[in-house]
Amino acid sequence: MLSILRSIWYTFLHAFHKRETQGYPEKLPYLPPRYRGRIILSRDSDGNERCVACNLCAAVCPVDCIALQAANDENGRRYPEFFRINFSRCIYCGFCEEACPTYAIQLIPDFEMGEYDRQNMVYEKEHLLISGEGKYHGYNFYNVAGVDMGVKGTGKGENEEAPVDLKNLIH
Amino acid sequence: MIKIQIDGTFYEVKGDRNLLETCLALGFDIPYFCNHPSLGSVGACRLCAVKKFADADDKKGRVVMSCMEAVTEGMRISVNDPAVKTFRAAVIEGLMTNHPHDCPICDEGGECHLQDMTVMTGHNYRKFVFKKRTYNNQNLGPFVQHEMNRCIQCYRCVRFYRDYAGGKDLNVFGSANHVYFGRHKDGILESEFSGNLVEVCPTGVFTDKPLKKHYARKWDMTNAPSVCMHCGLGCNIIVSERYGSVRRVMSRYNGSVNGYFICDRGRFGYEFINNPDRIKKIQFRPSKNNNLQEAREVSETGLSEIFKSGKVVGIGSPRASLESNFALSALVGKNNFFHGISGKEQKLIQKAVSILESGIAHSPSLKEIEKCDAVLILGEDVTNTAPMMALSLRQASRNKTLGIAAKLGIPKWNDNAVREMDQDTKSPFFIASSFSTKLDELADEIYNAAPGDIARFGYSIASAINSGAPVLIHPDEKLQNRVRKIADALSAAENPLIVTCITSGNEDILNASANIAIALSTAGKKPSIAIAFPECNSVGLSMLDGGSLDEAADTISKNGADTLIILENDLYGRLSLKNADSIFEKCRQIIVLDHLMNETAKRADILLPASTFADSVGTIVNNEGRAQRFYNVIQVAEPVKESWRWISDMVKISEKNNDYTWDKFDNVVASLVSSYPVFSGIKEKMVSADFRFFNEKIARQNKRFSGRTAMNANISVSEPKPPQDNDSPLNFSMEGYKGDPPSSLIPYYWSPGWNSSQSMTKYMDEPEGHLKEGGDPGIIIFSNKNKSSVDYFKNFPDPFKAKPGELLIVPVYMIFGSEELSSKGETIAERISEPFILFNEKEITKLQLIENEKSKFIINQVVITAIVKHDNKIPDGVAGLSVLTAGMQYTDLPDLGKVLST
Amino acid sequence: MKFVFIIAGVLISVLTIAAGLIYVERRLLALFQDRLGPNRVGPFGLLQVIADMIKIFFKEDWIPPFADKAVFVMAPGILIATILLTFAVIPFADNFIVLDSNIGLLFFLGNSSLGVYSIVLGGWASNNKYSLLGSIRASAQMLTYEVFMGLSLVGVIMMADSFSLRDIVEAQRGGWFVIPQFVGFVIFFIAGIAETHRTPFDIPEADGELVAGYHSEYSGMKFGMFFVGEYMGVTLISALIATLFFGGWLGPSFLPPAFWFFLKTAFFICMFILIRASLPRPRYDQLMELGWKVLLPLVLLNILITGGVLIYTHSL
Repeated sequence: MLSILRSIWYTFLHAFHKRETQGYPEKLPYLPPRYRGRIILSRDSDGNERCVACNLCAAVCPVDCIALQAANDENGRRYPEFFRINFSRCIYCGFCEEACPTYAIQLIPDFEMGEYDRQNMVYEKEHLLISGEGKYHGYNFYNVAGVDMGVKGTGKGENEEAPVDLKNLIH
Repeated sequence: MIKIQIDGTFYEVKGDRNLLETCLALGFDIPYFCNHPSLGSVGACRLCAVKKFADADDKKGRVVMSCMEAVTEGMRISVNDPAVKTFRAAVIEGLMTNHPHDCPICDEGGECHLQDMTVMTGHNYRKFVFKKRTYNNQNLGPFVQHEMNRCIQCYRCVRFYRDYAGGKDLNVFGSANHVYFGRHKDGILESEFSGNLVEVCPTGVFTDKPLKKHYARKWDMTNAPSVCMHCGLGCNIIVSERYGSVRRVMSRYNGSVNGYFICDRGRFGYEFINNPDRIKKIQFRPSKNNNLQEAREVSETGLSEIFKSGKVVGIGSPRASLESNFALSALVGKNNFFHGISGKEQKLIQKAVSILESGIAHSPSLKEIEKCDAVLILGEDVTNTAPMMALSLRQASRNKTLGIAAKLGIPKWNDNAVREMDQDTKSPFFIASSFSTKLDELADEIYNAAPGDIARFGYSIASAINSGAPVLIHPDEKLQNRVRKIADALSAAENPLIVTCITSGNEDILNASANIAIALSTAGKKPSIAIAFPECNSVGLSMLDGGSLDEAADTISKNGADTLIILENDLYGRLSLKNADSIFEKCRQIIVLDHLMNETAKRADILLPASTFADSVGTIVNNEGRAQRFYNVIQVAEPVKESWRWISDMVKISEKNNDYTWDKFDNVVASLVSSYPVFSGIKEKMVSADFRFFNEKIARQNKRFSGRTAMNANISVSEPKPPQDNDSPLNFSMEGYKGDPPSSLIPYYWSPGWNSSQSMTKYMDEPEGHLKEGGDPGIIIFSNKNKSSVDYFKNFPDPFKAKPGELLIVPVYMIFGSEELSSKGETIAERISEPFILFNEKEITKLQLIENEKSKFIINQVVITAIVKHDNKIPDGVAGLSVLTAGMQYTDLPDLGKVLST
Repeated sequence: MKFVFIIAGVLISVLTIAAGLIYVERRLLALFQDRLGPNRVGPFGLLQVIADMIKIFFKEDWIPPFADKAVFVMAPGILIATILLTFAVIPFADNFIVLDSNIGLLFFLGNSSLGVYSIVLGGWASNNKYSLLGSIRASAQMLTYEVFMGLSLVGVIMMADSFSLRDIVEAQRGGWFVIPQFVGFVIFFIAGIAETHRTPFDIPEADGELVAGYHSEYSGMKFGMFFVGEYMGVTLISALIATLFFGGWLGPSFLPPAFWFFLKTAFFICMFILIRASLPRPRYDQLMELGWKVLLPLVLLNILITGGVLIYTHSL
């Protein structure tokens, strides 16, 4: 009996507590940098798109909402010819970001993606590609890839020796 | 059977393969690189270590390379011993010190044997702190991409390219840690089998260059079992599709046909499917003077009136499936159905088939050709007309070596030892040809002459083998000695093989080959005759009733025809310009069903888009008489339809015979079999569309297939239902039986932990053996009749005498360019040479021609411009003219011709 | 003319309060739960009521094909009618009363018993097992609490010596009945909550187990009538508590009497909401047990003691 009255009293006291409600959208909430929101494609420090069209994000995607096609530019550098994310299917799990070997695909703290037409939830590469490096600065996959893909010459990358001289037997 | 003990369990094994392959066949996962069932083993990679114990009491054991170990009775080994596991992880770690960090941009990624083996051994972190070794890469031509940094020095590439396929221009350079696999300088890989490097290489050193242009990962591709359309051998292939276009072709293992490999024409010839010239719309010509216009449906083109009145003539095609050809013959009636090949070719093919069917000689599979112990090639340039047969013949030439090795106790798989012992020993190998061929290097005797003389050479060999044969003795003693030498060698062999030809257009050569076979079988041998038929379904078509193109032209010019239906055939590639034009002019209405624009299609009044082998199901018969089915990998996109379905529509419109309206592929097969009981095996033994394996269809897609909900989202975000396939037991989705499907329905090779094509082994009873779940696919159609009824052929041709000012022009077939479909692909097109004509150097001087310059020649009123080249093996008075389907007018070869001007 | 004015005044104020409670309840619940509540529509979200009304008027008013149509339509009407009728006998102020009946209290008790029909018929007409279960529970619960709701007021009647609500208020000029009749007040309050089936006694509509009980099948304005009916019930019970135990319109004269009445009523409405925010729903058998085994003896004891004390004081 007393406990019931005490409960009522405690509930009443809550009327004088601080409100928990966030004033969204007038007051935007703080989202941590690693918040898993909208997906973007970033560029490396030279301004080239980081995505090398390896398909790992598409493979790991549990809802299969990423589709892309690899292509090679005139130097042999690989890039995605198209890169499409169907956000009406995306569950923002972030697996694609974890799978990405080049830091190209990143989830950012933006969740305001409501659309009246579901077709507008399909994002193509031009919608996804940003002009900066996103969360990870200074990484360029082609410098550490170990092969010549039209970005840096053979043996010019990090941790690589100059190409072997086949005519030389002294080594 | 031999009993061996592996990790405490006893197994019974055959013991004719090395320990590694024996263990793999038993289902053990031993990592390996350098071993290949067809190439043998050399112990180069040191990965396949197992522990071998001396006897039952031995507790310590010793680490051995299982690929270099013979299987012996009572052998006790351990596969999972901690010592060997550590050893294998250390080997991989060593190999990986220089391997680049580029799997994301490596085309092998996801189907890489090195990835699989690294995961299998458990190595995952590079402790080596020094820099990685790098190499400069080479441009190896349009087929193969080179990336030497990825190399792990397993030596498989050179062992395949040089030792197995007889290539000369790929080799290993450098030493120690600087070993390099490549050419002496940049340049096109010359071998016809260079594409196999892609599959042979365990990692991404050699990758598929055309695939690179439209790359898709293995797990993302939709696959279907198919059969190669680019020559008469019917090699089994896997066709892969992504986003509606064909991305690549890989070899599909068939222990009786192509084994592990396919030739470059088969591997890279698929690009015609993606050609922008594909016919994808229904088109019709309102009146004779108008251009073709697009129509939305057939009824707009007024087809019903055509069929209700008037005579309809149908022309089939040796590159269309049995079912499509049969459908056409059912529509127009047997009397109005004509094979789409010239009378001469039809006669040769029918004779060849009758020889193979008569039973005087066995019709060998490619695998059986590899086992032959003496080879005589009469008039055929096998490397260019049926490349995979040439690869088999190369293996056949090693049988003597292998025999000697076996006597010395060296097993076949111990490749290095066998080759060390070899010292250029070769099985008896003889070639008679009008010009030099790539197999000449294997031959003991080469006879170069005009086709008629080759036939005479054959007749004389027959008479030298058996005195009962019609006697022909060359007056030239030296030549007669060679004939005797060949006759003796063939007589001494257990399984002699005669490779004879249709492409040279000479019936006497076929007759002579038959005589040799009769002579050999009279002498108690088991001779085989292998023939390279010109097109993929030449044999199947010849077994249907119907006249030749010449007869079709006669019928049309005599009686006229209201409508001519041409099925997947370019008549301008088979008839002279004049004859082809005359056929088209005599017909009121021409309906063409085809998939690529060509001269015939341009003449059509109604042009119907037919599907290719990649978007239809069908059956074709190869040179061995083996009927094989190809399955669709792309869903047919309206208004494109399978040819038989178009014809079924026409039957419906004509309201003639409702038995011949089919809505399912299996119904066409049923009609075919009831009309031609010889094909009954196709219905009885091949799986039908309602076949279910453990109540499930077979999935065309890997279970890791990605992008399902996004690939069509740009068109509509609402996902469509997966396409239904009523013509095959395969599914256009990931849904289906999860395991090894029946052998004829394997859409792709995959096994847990084995993502590369090395997983093929898991589908076989033993490495290089036969497929599980139904054996090697295909059904032999040839029935062997009683051979006693066959008599020797007696009409010898006259010896060839060169007349002054006149040349005998023989056809020179090319692997790239002589076959119509593959030539329409952009990659193959890079390898097609300009038209050329071959003379010996004396002749060039005599005719006052200039080498490597264009000259004009006239052959049967047709003017040909070709580059003059020399080949000193060509006899005087003979010239070899390249056969190209594009850029050259058709002429019927061999024929007499002369120089027009220089 | 004055009579019409009073009826109109009562109707308007009751309906306004009931509708306003939709907003007030949500705001108060939010207050007790550290939230803000509706604050988007109009200043402080005041227009939320209008928005809700518009919404509920435009909703599809669907009658299930399997329902008994006539009864289905009638049921919500009965609820509203019985409650509104009861307001006729409530004295808002000394002369602000529609019907100053000498059996006002009996009229209230009679009407509240009739209210059960609304729920029973609504549940039955829905022809839906959850609705029927809800209405069976409701009838059992309301019958039970009806008993000692009446009995809890006997003390007040004995002290005021009248059934007229106006007399009862007048009788409290010397002191509010809540002091001598504290037990009666508590029991009447509990019974009132049960009578209006508000949380924690919302067992007839228990969403968790009965979907929405007797009004599962109701939509549109018919649902709206049940919804508003509940708030009117809350207002009614609060008004009665104020009248019977807290001296009705009586209060210091610096404010008009009607204001005092509204102030007291509003306080108890807030108590209803506070209790809803605090207490969980008891199990059905616990509810019945509390009624019959605790409250009934207690209320009888209350009558006995009140009677005893009254006889004692009168005999003096």
